[in-house]
Amino acid sequence: MATLVEGPDALTGGKDSPTPEAVVVRFAGDSGDGMQLTGGQFTLSTALAGNDLATFPDFPAEIRAPQGTLFGVSAFQINFGSTEIDTAGDQPDVLVAMNPAALKTNVGALKAGGLIIADTGEFNKRNLEKAKYEVNPLEDGSLEKWQLLAFDISALTLEAVKPFGLGNKEALRCKNMWTLGLALWMFDRDRQPLVDWLNAKFAKNPVLAQANIAALNAGHAYGETAELSGPLKQYHIAPVESEPGLYRTVTGAEAISLGLVAGAQLADLHMFFGGYPITPASAILHNLARLKEYGVTTFQAEDEIAAIASAIGASYAGQLGVTSSSGPGIALKGEAMGLAIMTELPLVIVNSQRGGPSTGLPTKTEQSDLYQAVYGRNGDAPMPVIAARSASDCFEVAIEACRIAVEYMTPVMLLTDGYIANAAEPWKVPDPESFKPFPVTFLEQKNGPDGELLPFARDEKGARPWIKPGTPGLMHRIGGIEKNPGTGNIDYSPASHQIMTDARKAKVGGVANSIPLQEVNHGETSGKLVVVGWGSTYGPIYQAVRRARRKGLDVSHVHVRHIWPMPSNLGDLLRGYDKVLVPEMNTGQFKTVLRDQFLIDAQPLNKTSGQPFTIAEIEAAIVDALGGHAGGEVDADKTQLPSIKSDNP
Amino acid sequence: MNEMTKIAVQTTLKDWETDQEVRWCPGCGDYAILKAVQRTLPELGADPANTVFVSGIGCSSRFPYYVESYGFHTIHGRAPAFATGIKLANPELDVWLVTGDGDGMSIGGNHTMHVLRRNVNLQILLFNNEIYGLTKGQFSPTSREGTNSPTSPLGSVDRPALPCAFALGSGARFIARAYDVSKNLPGVLKAAHAHKGAAFVEIFQNCIVYNKDRFDDFVAKGVADQNQLWLTDGEPMLFGSEKSGGVKGIALDMETLTLKVVDVVDGDWQSAGVIVHNVKNRALAHMLVEMPFGPFPMALGVIYDDARPSYEEVLLGQDEQARKGKDANLAKLLGKGQTWTVSGTAADPV
Repeated sequence: MATLVEGPDALTGGKDSPTPEAVVVRFAGDSGDGMQLTGGQFTLSTALAGNDLATFPDFPAEIRAPQGTLFGVSAFQINFGSTEIDTAGDQPDVLVAMNPAALKTNVGALKAGGLIIADTGEFNKRNLEKAKYEVNPLEDGSLEKWQLLAFDISALTLEAVKPFGLGNKEALRCKNMWTLGLALWMFDRDRQPLVDWLNAKFAKNPVLAQANIAALNAGHAYGETAELSGPLKQYHIAPVESEPGLYRTVTGAEAISLGLVAGAQLADLHMFFGGYPITPASAILHNLARLKEYGVTTFQAEDEIAAIASAIGASYAGQLGVTSSSGPGIALKGEAMGLAIMTELPLVIVNSQRGGPSTGLPTKTEQSDLYQAVYGRNGDAPMPVIAARSASDCFEVAIEACRIAVEYMTPVMLLTDGYIANAAEPWKVPDPESFKPFPVTFLEQKNGPDGELLPFARDEKGARPWIKPGTPGLMHRIGGIEKNPGTGNIDYSPASHQIMTDARKAKVGGVANSIPLQEVNHGETSGKLVVVGWGSTYGPIYQAVRRARRKGLDVSHVHVRHIWPMPSNLGDLLRGYDKVLVPEMNTGQFKTVLRDQFLIDAQPLNKTSGQPFTIAEIEAAIVDALGGHAGGEVDADKTQLPSIKSDNP
Repeated sequence: MNEMTKIAVQTTLKDWETDQEVRWCPGCGDYAILKAVQRTLPELGADPANTVFVSGIGCSSRFPYYVESYGFHTIHGRAPAFATGIKLANPELDVWLVTGDGDGMSIGGNHTMHVLRRNVNLQILLFNNEIYGLTKGQFSPTSREGTNSPTSPLGSVDRPALPCAFALGSGARFIARAYDVSKNLPGVLKAAHAHKGAAFVEIFQNCIVYNKDRFDDFVAKGVADQNQLWLTDGEPMLFGSEKSGGVKGIALDMETLTLKVVDVVDGDWQSAGVIVHNVKNRALAHMLVEMPFGPFPMALGVIYDDARPSYEEVLLGQDEQARKGKDANLAKLLGKGQTWTVSGTAADPV
């Protein structure tokens, strides 16, 4: 990312500031202010301008938290630039605060000298009280270390949409478009795609479309004419140099949905998706429900257990069963996963992790389901686990999950998290032809040496045949009871259980033979320190290692996709470094697995504030580790966004 | 599969027996039900390759291992959800779901409700022995109040659930009741199979170890005649005989709008006001499943049968409609939405 031109020298450094390589903007407002929509549209315009980008939507669990309250603040952060961007940015350069609560909860993260744009129309007595301000911060000098641009966006919006005769409430709803218009001006963006989008969105209500467009234009015009000499300036961020090709923005949830569709097609199977609504996993069910023409059936089940059970039923009947949930729902599915392991049926389980335990933090991110994924079932119940590192990575990882499931006749868990699920990034649209198909062959004839049927005979990978009910002559029974190694008939004998337990373990362990060897993502194959990550910590680790290496530090980055089984060279690779640091958004789960599997002295760097790591946090830990200090806890007070207490559902 | 879209297959009872040793207690009512099912399947023209028995956990749920067809012994209480996935993946399969009072009414009550309300086209056989057998004799959700068991040494205080009333309340379109050794069981199974949609059959089953002869007050020889009301569509609700103390009938008390037992003299049921059974009368079905045994006989046979389109037919039909005229090109799907092309360094909106 090279983004953070550190110190007050980028966007915020006054008249002489150079054109910045990257800028971090955070839109914050009441959850009813439409900040996620504003952020989403700004993201699109950024992508169209050819910048690289990463976003971080951060919103409360409540649908409509009481207006103006601290816990009702919804924020959307975007980092964009003319160089590679891997994180949503440590500290914003610009904060748009639509009310006092948004200012209060977000200004602490703003870079010194950064720009605050605030709507004075919302800084009234009532809202100040709700935000627990005794005096108006716009007027008491408490924001001195930043640049402040405060004006009445509410009134300006009302003025702009006056000709359309909207009610006061409806008119004020256009505020976000006014703000977006101003932001588009600041970064020299084309308004036309937004105008087109508004016309399409409000096709059935042209007056609303016109009003929103008027607000957008008014915000843009305000930037152009009203404040030329103030702190408000126009910046042009040059397009990033990217590989030529067709691009779009994609969120993790979208990329997983598309990857599952692609995976099912590569397996030559119809996909059955059984799901139950849960944050932040529901978006996958929403997406797939609209993709029926791609050979997808979606089923909204009565609960999490029925969701996975129906998917296993569909797999049994010859489709690719998929289910998806988040921590609490995954816990409910545990017993059924055991059945899929025991009956050796393919299944993909997507876990969009969130803060836990129990209900935890439904809308905040965490990586704390790794133990649950690897170990969380009764009995010896081995199951492959893979993790996506970014929104666009979700596509490939979903395909990989489908491949392992059908090639090895096993359930596979795909780990993603709330951050990846919601975050958007540019994605070079892949060519589906570039993926190697893995078509499934169902058993059609009896397979035993003496002409008998052996549903639990194994191929060279240890996988059993997949037999569809409806196939003449291959009637057989399967179930959760221990079975005879060949016929699958009930068999509790000591020898059978030993053989079958070993066979299940060997089969899943053997998945390692079909995955690439672990590569070093950045740096050398040996040295003083390696930072090992998995999942969504990729961005901050990659950038922190890059920065540290620029300072001459001997540090490398290894990012693991295959959590279970792990690449066969991983142990030897990690032993080539003096120290191993494992940053995780949990209390050290992957660290424990690495220690257990390789007997290495992996040291943890843990953060559980519901917020992603910042680059600076990981960089500091690298410096510490190389100074003889290894890892530790990230001080919650120093995390990027102060957590706001709220009563989550 | 209740529509005869498949050509009937010729089989015999033997064709439906597996080579597996049946592991129920000697004398268990499950044996009689198994035989009744194996006797009925050939009469239905069922094809073993196209038939799937799905079960949960419990004594009853071992059933699939003993039927020479496809079988899936799943987890406790969840069989309806597995069966739903199977039917949505392949609606052509003829699915029988075997469950018990603990599996289907306790741990799996939720799924029983939803498979019925959705009206997935399958047959549900709920073996009701009013006890937990496989776990050795604890009281179940259908056990009568006061049941002595290892977990209720002072007698259970839970009020029993009525499976047929539960099913009807869940929106079931087919409700029937029979018992393990009844000669009428195959007829009930055939009616369930002929019904398009979820067909719910409660089968009273004798657990000879933990709840022996629990249903003798209406199944024992000598009392059956005056205590069993076998329902037939279009026929008057008559029971008893001259030998057993007179022919009786079920009539409606017009003042209280409740059912009552009336005497039928010289076969003149019309003047006694005996109700003619109508399987499409939902209000009547509610009264019959709630009819308290003792003052009333046990209502058996097909209580309610009024088909509606099945879940998979409607859902998959909707999907089919959504697919019509759509080009399922994956490359196009991936490149959907607002896109831009990078050539060199400049981005052009597409």
